[in-house]
Amino acid sequence: MNALRKLLDQQKPLFEKGGKLEKFYYAFEAGETFLFTPNSTGGKHGTHIHDAIDLKRMMITVVIAMVPALLFGIYNVGHTHFLAVGELAEATFLDKILIGSIAVLPIVIVSYTAGGLVEVVFSIIRRHPINEGFLVSGMLIAIVMPPTLPLWQVALAAIFAVVIAKEVFGGTGMNVLNVAMTARAFLYFAYPGDMSGDVWYYLGDKQYADGFSGATPLGLAAEAVAVEGSQSVAATLAGFQDGLFTFWNMTVGLIPGSIGSTSFIAVMIGAIIIIATGVGSWKIILSGFIGVYAMGLILNLAGANEYMSMPPHYHFVMGGVAFGIVFMATDPVSAAHTEMGKWVYGFLIGVITVIIRVLNPAYPEGIMLAVLFMNVFAPLIDFYVVEANKKRRLQRATV
Amino acid sequence: MPQHIKLKRGFTINLAGKPEKTVSDAPPSDTYALKPTDFLGMIRPKVSVNEGDIVKAGAPVLFDRKLEAVKYCAPVSGEVVEIKRGEKRKLLEIKILADKEIVYEEYKQYSISDLIALGREEAQEQMLQGGVWPQLIQRPYGIVANPTDTPKDIFISTFDTSPLAPNYDILLKGQGNFFSAGVEVLKKFTEGKIHIGVDAKAEVSSVFSEAKGVVTTKFSGPHPAGNVGVHIHHVSPISKGEIVWTIDPYGVVQIGKLFLKGVYDTAKTVCLAGSEVSKPQYYQTHSGACIDKIVEGKIEHRNVRYISGNVLTGEKIESTGYLGFYNHLISVIPEGDEYEFLGWMKPTTDKLSFHRALGLLSFLNSSKKEYVLNSNMKGEERAFVQTGIYEKVLPMDILPEYLLKAIMAEDYDEMETLGLYEVIEEDMALCEFIDVSKHDIQGIIRQGINLLRET
Repeated sequence: MNALRKLLDQQKPLFEKGGKLEKFYYAFEAGETFLFTPNSTGGKHGTHIHDAIDLKRMMITVVIAMVPALLFGIYNVGHTHFLAVGELAEATFLDKILIGSIAVLPIVIVSYTAGGLVEVVFSIIRRHPINEGFLVSGMLIAIVMPPTLPLWQVALAAIFAVVIAKEVFGGTGMNVLNVAMTARAFLYFAYPGDMSGDVWYYLGDKQYADGFSGATPLGLAAEAVAVEGSQSVAATLAGFQDGLFTFWNMTVGLIPGSIGSTSFIAVMIGAIIIIATGVGSWKIILSGFIGVYAMGLILNLAGANEYMSMPPHYHFVMGGVAFGIVFMATDPVSAAHTEMGKWVYGFLIGVITVIIRVLNPAYPEGIMLAVLFMNVFAPLIDFYVVEANKKRRLQRATV
Repeated sequence: MPQHIKLKRGFTINLAGKPEKTVSDAPPSDTYALKPTDFLGMIRPKVSVNEGDIVKAGAPVLFDRKLEAVKYCAPVSGEVVEIKRGEKRKLLEIKILADKEIVYEEYKQYSISDLIALGREEAQEQMLQGGVWPQLIQRPYGIVANPTDTPKDIFISTFDTSPLAPNYDILLKGQGNFFSAGVEVLKKFTEGKIHIGVDAKAEVSSVFSEAKGVVTTKFSGPHPAGNVGVHIHHVSPISKGEIVWTIDPYGVVQIGKLFLKGVYDTAKTVCLAGSEVSKPQYYQTHSGACIDKIVEGKIEHRNVRYISGNVLTGEKIESTGYLGFYNHLISVIPEGDEYEFLGWMKPTTDKLSFHRALGLLSFLNSSKKEYVLNSNMKGEERAFVQTGIYEKVLPMDILPEYLLKAIMAEDYDEMETLGLYEVIEEDMALCEFIDVSKHDIQGIIRQGINLLRET
């Protein structure tokens, strides 16, 4: 490693003040600090020892937590591909992985490249270090897209999200909205044709098998509202296309959906990782699920239609609720910052998600809008928690 | 039965190089120094001696023009050899070349029974002249107490939970009578109570148990359970407009000595500890000693950092630097000015971490494992990202993230209402240690305190 260190030390003066490539200092620094932890030490005062954690390690931990969801997503895109084109019986595990990789990896690469370039450009213009936050955002943006999304749209969304949701606010740590959810929302409203409807099966150059429908569980459930006298949602789902949407199948995640968000089990493995490492708030995750379940129960009581009567736990495994709560709602910057606030924030995300899903006919999925909506309200929740703290302190004041 | 307060939040940093319980005489230092920079509240320090002057131990050599009554005295007798100044003529050190035999400035002597009858004014006058007054620290702000104030209460913490902390039983062995006398004097300054915080896990030392008329509270839990600020918060929190004083047990003993012996006695036991010290133990010396003779021949490596005080709040000094006024500990740790290949990603059990992120496996170690930590920052400064972690190491009803942001935004009302009156640097030191974003949290706190003091 000494040779590598020497090489960096030789190049460093070029990028430092007065050097030829001074403008690119932060790009150089990003590479250098990626390879080597810097030699900087504590000052004359202040703590002389420091915890071994830094933001890079924290962010990469979240990325690792997403790996099960991503890997399952790659497999599932292949699996559902063969299912849709009617060739499932002949497809091997490797065939599925291959097709999944062809569909998914370009999206991941484009997301990281486009967003990363924006980060670099901003770091040069604004002279700030390149933020590690994008390690997570880049992966999240890719994972919540449908596998059929055109790559130019992935790039556009990543650029839009990094510029509008993050850099205009000052970069990582300053953003109000969750960056990945902003990317998804941008495409959802700008290119609705590519983000909803019949986009969840990657077909490649093939066609649907005869009689195969591209419907999703959420779509089927929403239809139950319109048809009078229809059977229960659970029965409809279970009976659809040879049991494709049974509760168990939806839990495993062998169903169409955004790349990495279909498997409740893979997402929960990620949840365990981020909770055990403490990088994600268990309070938000728990209260999020409680919110979903509680609202589901309340709608059960109303029971005005079949969708309302659907057992609340179905919400956990349909669509991207689990993924959204575990990986989007827990983004520490855009979530509530106070511990008490996190309970309220997570709970309301769960509640609003179910309200949007069941009561609003226009949007079959609710988690995206619920997270963005609560991102905006998180500072207000924190405000009241902080006010309560101040009030306690003022009560004992004598002046 | 004393009240027992069990603290859950905090983090004890178990560093290698803890001292053995032996006390040796350190070879006497040639020079001793009084450092105005040790006194955080001092705005306009003024030296009252010149280079070449001969002074006795306990003779005033320095004062603050904003608080002229308080005299800062020479720790030993000898010749003032250098008045060291830094940039913009900032006064850094007043160095004294020590006599072989210390000659003391003499003050009035009292017996214990005299002390009970002594009035505040008389006691105050002797303390102001006799060099012990700066041991009294005012909260809020953590500055030298103003003699015109009457504090709500006075707090003394009798134990230290910071890394490599010395044991007060050893520091003050056999000085219980001075401690009791010091407490007797302190009683004159408050209509409230004298609170003593003791370690619930250890037996109360006879040094402290003899003191009469004090309120004892037991504390247990991880660091910062020994911090006086934490004790105040749980026993009698400070609100706007209130003042409490705090004092280190060594300071109480010094007050006792001033009245019982009639001299400003700065003899102190200091602890030399840390992973780089070959035989960590205690040494007898005087306040403000040059550490060169104490550390000579006892340091195993070359590239080390000497710290007057503990590794969380102390001051980095040279190997020929001087012991701080309030310090009883010299910590020596490896200097971490090295690059580490993929240091942010490598799995390890050797690096201590409060967190459990990727590869930080120190939580698998036994809680008794001792760590060798160097002074490397272990990362670069970033914006606040991780939330809810500072609270885990601050056992107070304070929202540290909001307090820090209020200071950075220079929002005076928020600083006040979010609790800046209750903390000083040492209370937030662990927040700085565990900080993912590597902020200078103690620096921010002092900046906030200075802003509030200006208003």
